[in-house]
Amino acid sequence: MNDFGYSRAASIDEAVALARQPGAMLLAGGTTLVDLSKCDVARPNALVDISRIPGLDEVRLDEDNAAIGALATMSHVAVQAGIRENFPAISESLLLAASAQLRNMATIGGNLMQRTRCVYFRDPAGYSACNKRDPGSGCAALGGIAHDHAVLGASDACIAVYPGDLAVALTALEAVVRTNLREIQIRDFFVEPGDTPQRETVLEPGEMITEIIVPRSPLSANSTYLKVRERKSYEFASASAAVGLAFEADGRTIRDIHVALGGLATKPWRALAVEEALRGKIIDEQAIRDVSRLAVEGAVAQGANAYKIELAPRVVARAILKVGGIQ
Amino acid sequence: MATLRSMELEINGRQHALTLEPRVTLLDALREHLGLTGTKKGCDQGQCGACTVHVDGERVLACLTLAVQAEGRKVTTIEGLAQADGALHPVQAAFVEEDAFQCGYCTPGQIMSAVACIREGHAGSDEEIREYMAGNLCRCGAYPNIVSAVRKAAKEVA
Repeated sequence: MNDFGYSRAASIDEAVALARQPGAMLLAGGTTLVDLSKCDVARPNALVDISRIPGLDEVRLDEDNAAIGALATMSHVAVQAGIRENFPAISESLLLAASAQLRNMATIGGNLMQRTRCVYFRDPAGYSACNKRDPGSGCAALGGIAHDHAVLGASDACIAVYPGDLAVALTALEAVVRTNLREIQIRDFFVEPGDTPQRETVLEPGEMITEIIVPRSPLSANSTYLKVRERKSYEFASASAAVGLAFEADGRTIRDIHVALGGLATKPWRALAVEEALRGKIIDEQAIRDVSRLAVEGAVAQGANAYKIELAPRVVARAILKVGGIQ
Repeated sequence: MATLRSMELEINGRQHALTLEPRVTLLDALREHLGLTGTKKGCDQGQCGACTVHVDGERVLACLTLAVQAEGRKVTTIEGLAQADGALHPVQAAFVEEDAFQCGYCTPGQIMSAVACIREGHAGSDEEIREYMAGNLCRCGAYPNIVSAVRKAAKEVA
Protein backbone atom coordinates (compact mmCIF):
# COMPACT_ATOMS: atom_id res chain seq x y z
CA MET A 1 0.00 0.00 0.00
CA ASN A 2 1.22 3.47 -0.83
CA ASP A 3 2.36 5.50 2.13
CA PHE A 4 -0.08 8.42 2.30
CA GLY A 5 -0.77 11.47 4.38
CA TYR A 6 -4.13 11.99 6.03
CA SER A 7 -6.19 15.06 6.74
CA ARG A 8 -9.75 15.56 7.83
CA ALA A 9 -11.88 18.16 6.14
CA ALA A 10 -14.38 20.15 8.17
CA SER A 11 -16.20 21.63 5.19
CA ILE A 12 -16.76 21.10 1.49
CA ASP A 13 -14.51 24.07 0.68
CA GLU A 14 -11.72 22.66 2.81
CA ALA A 15 -12.12 19.21 1.26
CA VAL A 16 -11.91 20.58 -2.26
CA ALA A 17 -8.87 22.70 -1.38
CA LEU A 18 -7.08 19.76 0.23
CA ALA A 19 -7.98 17.54 -2.71
CA ARG A 20 -5.91 19.78 -4.97
CA GLN A 21 -2.69 18.42 -3.43
CA PRO A 22 -0.90 16.21 -5.98
CA GLY A 23 -2.05 12.61 -5.70
CA ALA A 24 -4.80 13.42 -3.20
CA MET A 25 -8.03 11.43 -3.10
CA LEU A 26 -11.24 11.87 -1.13
CA LEU A 27 -11.99 9.25 1.53
CA ALA A 28 -15.53 8.63 2.76
CA GLY A 29 -16.50 5.08 3.81
CA GLY A 30 -13.28 3.70 2.38
CA THR A 31 -14.76 0.41 1.20
CA THR A 32 -13.43 0.93 -2.34
CA LEU A 33 -10.46 3.20 -1.73
CA VAL A 34 -8.83 1.29 1.15
CA ASP A 35 -9.40 -1.97 -0.71
CA LEU A 36 -7.88 -0.70 -3.96
CA SER A 37 -4.97 0.88 -2.08
CA LYS A 38 -4.15 -2.56 -0.67
CA CYS A 39 -4.31 -4.02 -4.18
CA ASP A 40 -1.92 -1.27 -5.29
CA VAL A 41 -4.49 -0.16 -7.87
CA ALA A 42 -5.08 3.15 -6.08
CA ARG A 43 -1.84 4.87 -5.14
CA PRO A 44 -2.88 8.03 -3.30
CA ASN A 45 -0.26 10.34 -1.77
CA ALA A 46 -2.78 11.95 0.50
CA LEU A 47 -6.25 11.04 1.71
CA VAL A 48 -8.74 13.76 2.52
CA ASP A 49 -11.29 12.32 4.93
CA ILE A 50 -14.64 13.94 4.14
CA SER A 51 -16.70 11.63 6.36
CA ARG A 52 -17.12 14.16 9.18
CA ILE A 53 -18.24 17.14 7.13
CA PRO A 54 -21.50 18.13 8.84
CA GLY A 55 -24.84 18.18 7.06
CA LEU A 56 -24.00 15.84 4.18
CA ASP A 57 -25.50 12.67 5.65
CA GLU A 58 -29.16 13.67 5.63
CA VAL A 59 -32.05 12.34 3.59
CA ARG A 60 -34.76 14.91 2.93
CA LEU A 61 -38.06 14.50 1.14
CA ASP A 62 -40.29 17.25 -0.21
CA GLU A 63 -43.23 17.25 -2.62
CA ASP A 64 -41.03 17.13 -5.69
CA ASN A 65 -37.81 15.34 -4.79
CA ALA A 66 -35.75 13.25 -2.45
CA ALA A 67 -32.40 14.80 -1.61
CA ILE A 68 -29.91 12.19 -0.44
CA GLY A 69 -26.74 13.53 1.16
CA ALA A 70 -23.52 12.17 -0.33
CA LEU A 71 -22.31 10.97 3.07
CA ALA A 72 -25.49 9.13 4.05
CA THR A 73 -24.63 5.45 4.39
CA MET A 74 -26.22 2.78 2.22
CA SER A 75 -27.84 1.11 5.24
CA HIS A 76 -29.28 4.41 6.48
CA VAL A 77 -30.81 5.39 3.14
CA ALA A 78 -32.21 1.92 2.44
CA VAL A 79 -34.51 1.92 5.47
CA GLN A 80 -35.82 5.50 5.31
CA ALA A 81 -39.60 5.26 5.11
CA GLY A 82 -39.73 8.08 2.56
CA ILE A 83 -37.30 6.23 0.31
CA ARG A 84 -38.94 2.81 0.70
CA GLU A 85 -42.39 4.18 -0.11
CA ASN A 86 -41.59 6.66 -2.83
CA PHE A 87 -38.51 5.06 -4.41
CA PRO A 88 -38.62 1.31 -3.76
CA ALA A 89 -36.05 0.66 -6.51
CA ILE A 90 -33.49 2.68 -4.54
CA SER A 91 -34.16 0.89 -1.28
CA GLU A 92 -34.10 -2.53 -2.97
CA SER A 93 -30.92 -1.81 -4.91
CA LEU A 94 -29.15 -0.84 -1.68
CA LEU A 95 -30.34 -3.85 0.34
CA LEU A 96 -29.34 -6.26 -2.44
CA ALA A 97 -25.83 -4.81 -2.54
CA ALA A 98 -22.74 -5.86 -0.57
CA SER A 99 -23.16 -7.01 3.04
CA ALA A 100 -24.62 -5.44 6.18
CA GLN A 101 -21.12 -4.45 7.32
CA LEU A 102 -20.21 -2.79 4.03
CA ARG A 103 -23.58 -1.02 3.84
CA ASN A 104 -22.91 0.48 7.27
CA MET A 105 -19.63 1.91 5.99
CA ALA A 106 -20.20 2.83 2.35
CA THR A 107 -21.71 6.20 1.48
CA ILE A 108 -24.07 7.12 -1.32
CA GLY A 109 -21.57 9.40 -3.04
CA GLY A 110 -18.83 6.82 -2.74
CA ASN A 111 -21.15 4.13 -4.03
CA LEU A 112 -21.45 5.98 -7.34
CA MET A 113 -17.66 6.21 -7.52
CA GLN A 114 -16.98 2.50 -6.90
CA ARG A 115 -14.62 0.93 -9.40
CA THR A 116 -15.07 -2.16 -11.51
CA ARG A 117 -14.49 -5.63 -10.07
CA CYS A 118 -12.63 -6.72 -13.24
CA VAL A 119 -10.04 -9.20 -11.91
CA TYR A 120 -7.42 -7.93 -14.34
CA PHE A 121 -7.92 -4.34 -13.18
CA ARG A 122 -7.63 -5.41 -9.53
CA ASP A 123 -4.40 -7.40 -9.93
CA PRO A 124 -1.46 -5.21 -11.03
CA ALA A 125 1.06 -7.82 -9.83
CA GLY A 126 -0.47 -10.50 -12.04
CA TYR A 127 -1.44 -8.44 -15.09
CA SER A 128 0.47 -5.39 -16.23
CA ALA A 129 -1.90 -4.61 -19.10
CA CYS A 130 -4.88 -2.53 -18.04
CA ASN A 131 -5.85 0.63 -19.88
CA LYS A 132 -8.08 1.71 -17.03
CA ARG A 133 -5.25 1.48 -14.51
CA ASP A 134 -2.38 2.41 -16.78
CA PRO A 135 -3.56 4.13 -19.99
CA GLY A 136 -2.01 2.67 -23.12
CA SER A 137 -0.84 -0.57 -21.47
CA GLY A 138 -3.44 -2.75 -23.18
CA CYS A 139 -6.29 -4.88 -21.87
CA ALA A 140 -5.60 -8.26 -20.29
CA ALA A 141 -9.33 -8.95 -20.10
CA LEU A 142 -9.67 -9.07 -23.91
CA GLY A 143 -9.02 -12.71 -24.74
CA GLY A 144 -8.96 -13.53 -21.03
CA ILE A 145 -11.63 -15.09 -18.85
CA ALA A 146 -14.67 -13.17 -20.04
CA HIS A 147 -17.37 -14.54 -17.76
CA ASP A 148 -18.01 -11.29 -15.86
CA HIS A 149 -17.22 -8.75 -18.55
CA ALA A 150 -19.46 -6.25 -20.31
CA VAL A 151 -21.54 -7.06 -23.36
CA LEU A 152 -22.71 -3.45 -23.82
CA GLY A 153 -20.74 -0.23 -24.05
CA ALA A 154 -17.34 -1.91 -24.31
CA SER A 155 -14.47 -0.75 -26.49
CA ASP A 156 -11.20 -2.18 -27.81
CA ALA A 157 -9.54 -0.59 -24.79
CA CYS A 158 -11.78 -1.89 -21.98
CA ILE A 159 -14.57 -4.41 -21.38
CA ALA A 160 -14.90 -3.99 -17.60
CA VAL A 161 -18.40 -3.98 -16.11
CA TYR A 162 -19.70 -1.17 -13.92
CA PRO A 163 -20.45 -3.19 -10.76
CA GLY A 164 -22.92 -1.07 -8.81
CA ASP A 165 -26.61 -1.52 -8.09
CA LEU A 166 -27.72 1.88 -6.77
CA ALA A 167 -26.61 3.75 -9.87
CA VAL A 168 -28.78 1.48 -12.00
CA ALA A 169 -31.84 2.40 -9.94
CA LEU A 170 -30.86 6.08 -10.07
CA THR A 171 -30.50 5.84 -13.85
CA ALA A 172 -34.03 4.48 -14.21
CA LEU A 173 -35.33 7.23 -11.91
CA GLU A 174 -33.44 10.01 -13.75
CA ALA A 175 -31.59 11.25 -10.69
CA VAL A 176 -29.39 14.31 -10.66
CA VAL A 177 -25.91 14.31 -9.13
CA ARG A 178 -25.24 17.60 -7.36
CA THR A 179 -21.62 18.58 -6.82
CA ASN A 180 -19.94 21.58 -5.25
CA LEU A 181 -19.89 23.08 -8.77
CA ARG A 182 -22.96 21.97 -10.72
CA GLU A 183 -25.82 19.56 -11.30
CA ILE A 184 -25.27 16.58 -13.60
CA GLN A 185 -28.01 14.35 -15.00
CA ILE A 186 -27.19 10.76 -14.10
CA ARG A 187 -27.27 9.76 -17.79
CA ASP A 188 -24.40 12.21 -18.36
CA PHE A 189 -22.51 11.36 -15.18
CA PHE A 190 -21.01 8.01 -16.21
CA VAL A 191 -19.04 7.72 -19.44
CA GLU A 192 -18.31 4.72 -21.66
CA PRO A 193 -14.65 3.69 -21.81
CA GLY A 194 -13.94 4.50 -25.46
CA ASP A 195 -10.23 5.25 -25.80
CA THR A 196 -9.98 6.61 -22.24
CA PRO A 197 -11.22 3.93 -19.84
CA GLN A 198 -9.33 5.57 -16.99
CA ARG A 199 -12.09 8.21 -17.05
CA GLU A 200 -15.32 6.77 -15.67
CA THR A 201 -17.34 9.86 -14.78
CA VAL A 202 -17.45 13.49 -15.90
CA LEU A 203 -16.30 14.72 -12.48
CA GLU A 204 -13.41 17.15 -12.75
CA PRO A 205 -10.50 17.59 -10.35
CA GLY A 206 -11.70 19.69 -7.43
CA GLU A 207 -15.26 18.48 -7.85
CA MET A 208 -17.06 16.55 -5.13
CA ILE A 209 -20.50 14.95 -5.00
CA THR A 210 -22.59 16.62 -2.31
CA GLU A 211 -26.11 15.31 -2.90
CA ILE A 212 -28.24 13.09 -5.12
CA ILE A 213 -31.60 14.53 -6.16
CA VAL A 214 -34.29 12.06 -7.24
CA PRO A 215 -37.57 13.34 -8.70
CA ARG A 216 -40.79 12.00 -7.15
CA SER A 217 -43.47 10.67 -9.46
CA PRO A 218 -45.98 7.83 -9.79
CA LEU A 219 -43.22 6.09 -11.77
CA SER A 220 -40.70 6.38 -8.96
CA ALA A 221 -43.25 5.13 -6.43
CA ASN A 222 -44.00 2.10 -8.64
CA SER A 223 -40.44 0.98 -9.21
CA THR A 224 -38.36 -2.09 -8.48
CA TYR A 225 -34.81 -3.40 -8.68
CA LEU A 226 -34.33 -7.05 -9.65
CA LYS A 227 -30.88 -8.57 -9.29
CA VAL A 228 -29.82 -12.00 -10.54
CA ARG A 229 -26.50 -13.35 -9.30
CA GLU A 230 -24.52 -16.54 -8.83
CA ARG A 231 -24.92 -16.61 -5.06
CA LYS A 232 -28.15 -15.94 -3.22
CA SER A 233 -26.64 -12.97 -1.41
CA TYR A 234 -23.47 -10.89 -1.13
CA GLU A 235 -22.59 -11.01 -4.82
CA PHE A 236 -22.40 -8.66 -7.77
CA ALA A 237 -25.08 -8.85 -10.45
CA SER A 238 -24.87 -11.26 -13.35
CA ALA A 239 -27.67 -9.11 -14.71
CA SER A 240 -30.01 -6.66 -13.02
CA ALA A 241 -32.84 -4.35 -14.01
CA ALA A 242 -34.36 -1.26 -12.46
CA VAL A 243 -37.82 -0.43 -13.77
CA GLY A 244 -40.28 2.34 -12.97
CA LEU A 245 -43.74 2.26 -14.50
CA ALA A 246 -46.72 4.62 -14.46
CA PHE A 247 -50.13 3.67 -15.83
CA GLU A 248 -52.81 5.87 -17.32
CA ALA A 249 -56.04 6.24 -15.33
CA ASP A 250 -57.34 3.00 -16.87
CA GLY A 251 -54.72 1.10 -14.89
CA ARG A 252 -53.45 -0.88 -17.88
CA THR A 253 -52.16 1.53 -20.47
CA ILE A 254 -48.49 2.33 -19.90
CA ARG A 255 -48.16 6.10 -19.62
CA ASP A 256 -44.45 6.02 -18.97
CA ILE A 257 -41.77 3.43 -18.27
CA HIS A 258 -38.06 3.68 -17.50
CA VAL A 259 -35.71 0.69 -17.71
CA ALA A 260 -32.05 0.48 -16.74
CA LEU A 261 -29.66 -2.46 -16.68
CA GLY A 262 -26.82 -3.47 -14.38
CA GLY A 263 -24.14 -6.14 -14.56
CA LEU A 264 -24.17 -5.94 -18.35
CA ALA A 265 -22.44 -2.78 -19.42
CA THR A 266 -19.47 -0.55 -18.82
CA LYS A 267 -21.80 1.98 -17.19
CA PRO A 268 -25.35 1.91 -15.81
CA TRP A 269 -27.29 1.27 -19.01
CA ARG A 270 -30.61 2.84 -19.95
CA ALA A 271 -32.74 0.63 -22.23
CA LEU A 272 -34.51 3.38 -24.18
CA ALA A 273 -35.62 1.03 -26.97
CA VAL A 274 -37.62 -1.05 -24.49
CA GLU A 275 -39.23 2.07 -23.07
CA GLU A 276 -40.22 3.45 -26.49
CA ALA A 277 -41.72 0.14 -27.54
CA LEU A 278 -43.96 -0.01 -24.46
CA ARG A 279 -44.98 3.61 -23.93
CA GLY A 280 -48.67 4.06 -24.71
CA LYS A 281 -49.28 0.31 -24.99
CA ILE A 282 -51.68 -1.80 -22.97
CA ILE A 283 -49.68 -4.02 -20.65
CA ASP A 284 -49.37 -7.55 -21.98
CA GLU A 285 -47.09 -10.33 -20.82
CA GLN A 286 -46.08 -11.71 -24.19
CA ALA A 287 -45.43 -8.23 -25.59
CA ILE A 288 -43.23 -7.43 -22.61
CA ARG A 289 -41.23 -10.63 -23.06
CA ASP A 290 -40.76 -9.88 -26.78
CA VAL A 291 -39.88 -6.23 -26.32
CA SER A 292 -37.42 -6.94 -23.49
CA ARG A 293 -35.05 -8.41 -26.06
CA LEU A 294 -34.46 -4.84 -27.25
CA ALA A 295 -32.60 -4.26 -23.97
CA VAL A 296 -29.55 -6.05 -25.40
CA GLU A 297 -29.62 -4.49 -28.87
CA GLY A 298 -26.04 -4.14 -30.04
CA ALA A 299 -24.66 -6.45 -27.35
CA VAL A 300 -21.37 -8.17 -28.17
CA ALA A 301 -20.24 -11.32 -26.36
CA GLN A 302 -16.60 -12.16 -25.69
CA GLY A 303 -17.24 -15.89 -25.31
CA ALA A 304 -17.93 -16.83 -21.72
CA ASN A 305 -20.13 -13.79 -21.07
CA ALA A 306 -22.62 -14.67 -23.83
CA TYR A 307 -25.06 -15.90 -21.16
CA LYS A 308 -25.65 -12.30 -20.13
CA ILE A 309 -27.27 -11.55 -23.50
CA GLU A 310 -29.78 -14.34 -22.93
CA LEU A 311 -30.25 -13.58 -19.24
CA ALA A 312 -30.75 -9.81 -19.33
CA PRO A 313 -34.02 -9.71 -21.33
CA ARG A 314 -35.56 -12.23 -18.94
CA VAL A 315 -34.53 -10.10 -15.96
CA VAL A 316 -35.96 -7.00 -17.64
CA ALA A 317 -39.22 -8.78 -18.43
CA ARG A 318 -39.60 -10.08 -14.87
CA ALA A 319 -39.00 -6.62 -13.45
CA ILE A 320 -41.55 -5.02 -15.80
CA LEU A 321 -44.11 -7.71 -15.03
CA LYS A 322 -43.63 -7.09 -11.34
CA VAL A 323 -44.23 -3.32 -11.46
CA GLY A 324 -46.97 -3.96 -14.00
CA GLY A 325 -48.82 -6.00 -11.39
CA ILE A 326 -48.82 -9.13 -13.56
CA GLN A 327 -46.41 -11.21 -11.45
CA MET B 1 7.17 9.25 3.88
CA ALA B 2 3.94 10.15 5.49
CA THR B 3 4.15 11.62 8.94
CA LEU B 4 3.28 9.40 11.86
CA ARG B 5 0.08 10.46 13.48
CA SER B 6 -0.80 10.36 17.15
CA MET B 7 -4.31 9.23 17.87
CA GLU B 8 -6.52 8.08 20.71
CA LEU B 9 -8.71 5.08 20.12
CA GLU B 10 -11.47 3.94 22.45
CA ILE B 11 -11.56 0.15 22.38
CA ASN B 12 -13.96 -1.79 24.60
CA GLY B 13 -14.37 1.24 26.86
CA ARG B 14 -10.63 1.86 27.32
CA GLN B 15 -8.62 4.71 25.82
CA HIS B 16 -5.46 3.77 23.96
CA ALA B 17 -2.85 6.28 22.76
CA LEU B 18 -1.21 5.18 19.53
CA THR B 19 1.25 6.65 17.04
CA LEU B 20 0.65 5.10 13.64
CA GLU B 21 1.09 5.67 9.93
CA PRO B 22 -2.26 6.83 8.53
CA ARG B 23 -2.36 3.75 6.28
CA VAL B 24 -2.60 1.34 9.24
CA THR B 25 -6.01 -0.29 9.29
CA LEU B 26 -8.11 -0.62 12.41
CA LEU B 27 -7.60 -4.39 12.08
CA ASP B 28 -3.81 -4.11 12.17
CA ALA B 29 -3.96 -1.53 14.96
CA LEU B 30 -6.00 -3.97 17.06
CA ARG B 31 -3.94 -7.06 16.32
CA GLU B 32 -0.39 -5.76 15.88
CA HIS B 33 -0.31 -2.65 18.06
CA LEU B 34 -2.78 -3.41 20.87
CA GLY B 35 -2.45 -7.18 21.12
CA LEU B 36 -6.18 -7.66 20.64
CA THR B 37 -5.94 -10.70 18.39
CA GLY B 38 -9.54 -11.84 18.82
CA THR B 39 -10.48 -9.92 15.69
CA LYS B 40 -9.30 -12.10 12.80
CA LYS B 41 -7.64 -11.27 9.51
CA GLY B 42 -9.22 -13.47 6.86
CA CYS B 43 -9.16 -12.07 3.33
CA ASP B 44 -8.03 -8.57 4.34
CA GLN B 45 -10.03 -7.17 1.42
CA GLY B 46 -13.56 -6.82 2.69
CA GLN B 47 -14.94 -10.08 1.39
CA CYS B 48 -15.09 -12.53 4.33
CA GLY B 49 -16.31 -10.70 7.45
CA ALA B 50 -13.76 -12.30 9.83
CA CYS B 51 -12.63 -8.84 10.98
CA THR B 52 -16.12 -7.59 11.90
CA VAL B 53 -16.14 -5.16 14.85
CA HIS B 54 -18.59 -2.52 16.03
CA VAL B 55 -17.90 1.18 15.58
CA ASP B 56 -20.39 3.35 17.47
CA GLY B 57 -22.56 0.26 17.79
CA GLU B 58 -22.68 -0.59 14.08
CA ARG B 59 -20.97 -3.61 12.56
CA VAL B 60 -18.20 -2.71 10.12
CA LEU B 61 -15.12 -4.34 8.60
CA ALA B 62 -11.93 -3.48 10.46
CA CYS B 63 -9.79 -4.43 7.44
CA LEU B 64 -11.29 -1.63 5.31
CA THR B 65 -11.36 0.95 8.11
CA LEU B 66 -8.24 3.01 8.72
CA ALA B 67 -7.42 3.25 12.41
CA VAL B 68 -7.44 7.03 12.12
CA GLN B 69 -11.04 6.90 10.89
CA ALA B 70 -12.03 5.40 14.25
CA GLU B 71 -10.70 8.37 16.23
CA GLY B 72 -13.40 9.66 18.55
CA ARG B 73 -15.61 6.62 17.94
CA LYS B 74 -16.40 3.75 20.31
CA VAL B 75 -14.93 0.49 19.02
CA THR B 76 -16.12 -2.86 20.36
CA THR B 77 -14.30 -6.10 19.57
CA ILE B 78 -14.97 -9.70 20.53
CA GLU B 79 -12.83 -9.12 23.64
CA GLY B 80 -15.32 -6.50 24.80
CA LEU B 81 -18.41 -8.68 24.58
CA ALA B 82 -18.28 -10.83 27.72
CA GLN B 83 -18.94 -9.29 31.12
CA ALA B 84 -16.08 -8.37 33.47
CA ASP B 85 -16.64 -11.55 35.51
CA GLY B 86 -16.22 -13.64 32.38
CA ALA B 87 -19.92 -14.39 31.85
CA LEU B 88 -20.43 -14.89 28.13
CA HIS B 89 -22.66 -12.66 26.04
CA PRO B 90 -25.84 -14.57 25.08
CA VAL B 91 -24.64 -14.80 21.47
CA GLN B 92 -21.30 -16.27 22.56
CA ALA B 93 -23.13 -18.76 24.80
CA ALA B 94 -25.47 -19.73 21.95
CA PHE B 95 -22.51 -20.37 19.61
CA VAL B 96 -21.04 -22.75 22.21
CA GLU B 97 -24.36 -24.47 22.91
CA GLU B 98 -25.25 -24.90 19.25
CA ASP B 99 -21.72 -25.96 18.21
CA ALA B 100 -21.76 -23.13 15.67
CA PHE B 101 -18.17 -23.48 14.51
CA GLN B 102 -15.56 -25.99 13.56
CA CYS B 103 -12.11 -24.40 13.21
CA GLY B 104 -13.28 -21.21 14.90
CA TYR B 105 -11.40 -18.73 12.75
CA CYS B 106 -14.48 -16.92 11.42
CA THR B 107 -16.25 -17.13 14.79
CA PRO B 108 -15.34 -13.75 16.35
CA GLY B 109 -16.56 -12.04 13.20
CA GLN B 110 -19.67 -14.22 13.09
CA ILE B 111 -20.47 -13.37 16.70
CA MET B 112 -19.89 -9.63 16.31
CA SER B 113 -22.04 -9.68 13.18
CA ALA B 114 -24.75 -11.73 14.92
CA VAL B 115 -24.93 -9.36 17.90
CA ALA B 116 -25.56 -6.48 15.48
CA CYS B 117 -27.92 -8.55 13.33
CA ILE B 118 -30.12 -9.25 16.34
CA ARG B 119 -29.95 -5.65 17.56
CA GLU B 120 -30.95 -4.40 14.09
CA GLY B 121 -34.03 -6.64 14.22
CA HIS B 122 -32.87 -8.79 11.32
CA ALA B 123 -33.09 -12.18 13.03
CA GLY B 124 -36.82 -12.74 12.62
CA SER B 125 -36.59 -15.90 10.55
CA ASP B 126 -33.93 -18.31 9.33
CA GLU B 127 -34.16 -16.76 5.88
CA GLU B 128 -33.64 -13.28 7.28
CA ILE B 129 -30.72 -14.46 9.43
CA ARG B 130 -29.06 -16.04 6.38
CA GLU B 131 -29.49 -12.83 4.34
CA TYR B 132 -28.22 -10.48 7.05
CA MET B 133 -25.33 -12.79 8.03
CA ALA B 134 -24.28 -13.21 4.38
CA GLY B 135 -21.25 -10.99 4.86
CA ASN B 136 -19.62 -13.57 7.14
CA LEU B 137 -18.18 -16.55 5.34
CA CYS B 138 -17.41 -19.88 7.06
CA ARG B 139 -15.15 -22.16 5.07
CA CYS B 140 -15.89 -25.09 7.39
CA GLY B 141 -19.52 -24.73 6.36
CA ALA B 142 -20.97 -24.47 9.85
CA TYR B 143 -23.83 -22.36 8.52
CA PRO B 144 -26.78 -24.48 9.76
CA ASN B 145 -25.49 -24.33 13.33
CA ILE B 146 -24.63 -20.64 13.03
CA VAL B 147 -28.23 -19.96 11.99
CA SER B 148 -29.43 -22.04 14.97
CA ALA B 149 -27.22 -20.09 17.34
CA VAL B 150 -28.40 -16.72 16.04
CA ARG B 151 -32.03 -17.84 16.20
CA LYS B 152 -31.56 -19.05 19.78
CA ALA B 153 -29.72 -15.95 20.94
CA ALA B 154 -32.29 -13.68 19.30
CA LYS B 155 -35.03 -15.30 21.39
CA GLU B 156 -33.00 -14.93 24.58
CA VAL B 157 -32.06 -11.32 23.98
CA ALA B 158 -35.62 -10.33 23.06
